[in-house]
Amino acid sequence: MVAGIRTVELRKVYTSAPPAAAGGGGFSFRAPKAKGKQPKPQIRALDGISLEIHPGEIFCLLGPNGAGKSTTVGILTTRVRPTSGQAFIGEYDVWLNQVSVKRLIGVVAQRPNLDFNLTAREILTFHGAYFGLPHHERMRRAEALLERFKLTDRADQMVRGFSGGMMQRLSIARAMMHDPQVLFLDEPSAGLDPQTRLLLWEIVREYNQTGKTILLTTHNMEEADALCQRLAIIDHGRVIALGTPRELKASVPGGFLLRLRFGRHSAEFLERLQKLSGVREVRASDGVGADVYADRGGSLVPEVAHLASTSGVELHDVHISEPSLENLFLHHTGRSLRE
Amino acid sequence: MNWKTFLAILARDAHVARRNIVALLFQTFLQPLMFVFIFGRVMVGSGYLPPSYKSLLLPGIMAICMVGTGIWAVAMPLIAEFQFTHEIEDRLLAPMEISWLAVEKVVAGTLQSLAAGLMVIPAAWLLLRPGVDLRIPHPLLFAAVAVLVALFSATGGLALGCSMEQTHIGLMFSLIVAPMIFFGCTYYPWSALEHFPLMQKAVLVNPLVYASEGLRGTMVPQFPHLSMLAVVAALLFFNAFLLVTGLRKFYGKAVS
Repeated sequence: MVAGIRTVELRKVYTSAPPAAAGGGGFSFRAPKAKGKQPKPQIRALDGISLEIHPGEIFCLLGPNGAGKSTTVGILTTRVRPTSGQAFIGEYDVWLNQVSVKRLIGVVAQRPNLDFNLTAREILTFHGAYFGLPHHERMRRAEALLERFKLTDRADQMVRGFSGGMMQRLSIARAMMHDPQVLFLDEPSAGLDPQTRLLLWEIVREYNQTGKTILLTTHNMEEADALCQRLAIIDHGRVIALGTPRELKASVPGGFLLRLRFGRHSAEFLERLQKLSGVREVRASDGVGADVYADRGGSLVPEVAHLASTSGVELHDVHISEPSLENLFLHHTGRSLRE
Repeated sequence: MNWKTFLAILARDAHVARRNIVALLFQTFLQPLMFVFIFGRVMVGSGYLPPSYKSLLLPGIMAICMVGTGIWAVAMPLIAEFQFTHEIEDRLLAPMEISWLAVEKVVAGTLQSLAAGLMVIPAAWLLLRPGVDLRIPHPLLFAAVAVLVALFSATGGLALGCSMEQTHIGLMFSLIVAPMIFFGCTYYPWSALEHFPLMQKAVLVNPLVYASEGLRGTMVPQFPHLSMLAVVAALLFFNAFLLVTGLRKFYGKAVS
């Protein structure tokens, strides 16, 4: 059976501290010790997420920290109860058929959550046992995965002494151990060196080619671009754009983005900027900055400089970005992903 | 219910316990057996305590070992695994209802507690002999009480483990476990409190009282002890209460 993923108007409001991975950029929230009755703190993590992820697809959730990526994954993997809305893996409603759903999914959490009382090999074989694999089969699979993830030489050591990258690789191997139809990877390449990241991408693609559905979250544009067939950009618990990386990039006016900074600019100057050939949209951020979306990049710079000098405006800085998901995010939210 | 998953998780706990067996043995038996040696051997041998104290002490020591082992075996891993590293996640994602994982912890804790209880009898007997007068007139009743005590320790461990943060472990032992042991009729029978009537009533809220009195009543019935009916009823009540509380708290911790 090949299973897809569907969510309908998912909402989640945390009334207690959200789980660490879903809490955003390392913030923790503790309610003040109240004497009388106080309303519980409410953190709105998801605000109506509807998605349809096709069976056999690599799908990305892209967004900054705290956007709701981990909460979405948490709900889809039975670990977070949705406040309202529904989520389905294949034909199963996640909240109502948790056991059936758990058989279909493999999960790699944002931070390695390995069983520290076991060796690397035991982590895999016990995981296989939880899913009812016969002894011989779990030994065989564990051996193959350890080999694939380059962990064979440390297979019989306790994982407590493993490096972050090794733990991450083992987490992914563990999630694949029972050959799940749907694989969730929550920020899988955070903390991996470039070489291991490439190995990870290769393994994800390979796994997908066997017909498996993969949902991965990232705030790394390059990763989304390299791996995903489709992606959704989410921010503040909402989907703000959805499509293939190519479609999404094409949806940014012009594709190129020139971020300009001036000594001081005027409305009249911005109007003239808008009229330059190839310029699609000009957005002034404050008295000194302007984002120019255009069909061309470098060739526009001399014209901007000329216009500035003839208008008596001093040009301080120019930054050109080529068509990218970063620009797309900026276009939709007015904020950079890295901010 | 998915028994394959349940048994595999139980096998994992057994594997981890086997791996830590030496530390586990020291932790379980060292302190109680030192107590047995000093009070049962030295104090009795030098005439400060009557010889019959040996027989009176043994069931109490067994109760301490069982309750300590069960609470430790369930609460400590739970506290650690729900911490920052969230090691328990793998088992929460196993194809089984989440609450069964808590039940598995209780089963594992009960088995460990029973093992500790059965091992402490010969060990203490070796340290104390001669002069220990163990009778156990109704082996089945003894077995039933032992199982109830073991269950109490494991359900207590579940409830405590899901209510405590790692930073409060020290407090848990000094504020809950230690008073429970000293006011738990472990080193003296409940009837010895008749000169302290207020305290004699107050300690009845302590479930360990029923554990030690129950073991005393089934192992050395020649000493005064609480009625077995009261013991069994109270242990059943505490077990049910702690199990329900523990399951509720476990679920609250596991699902956000």
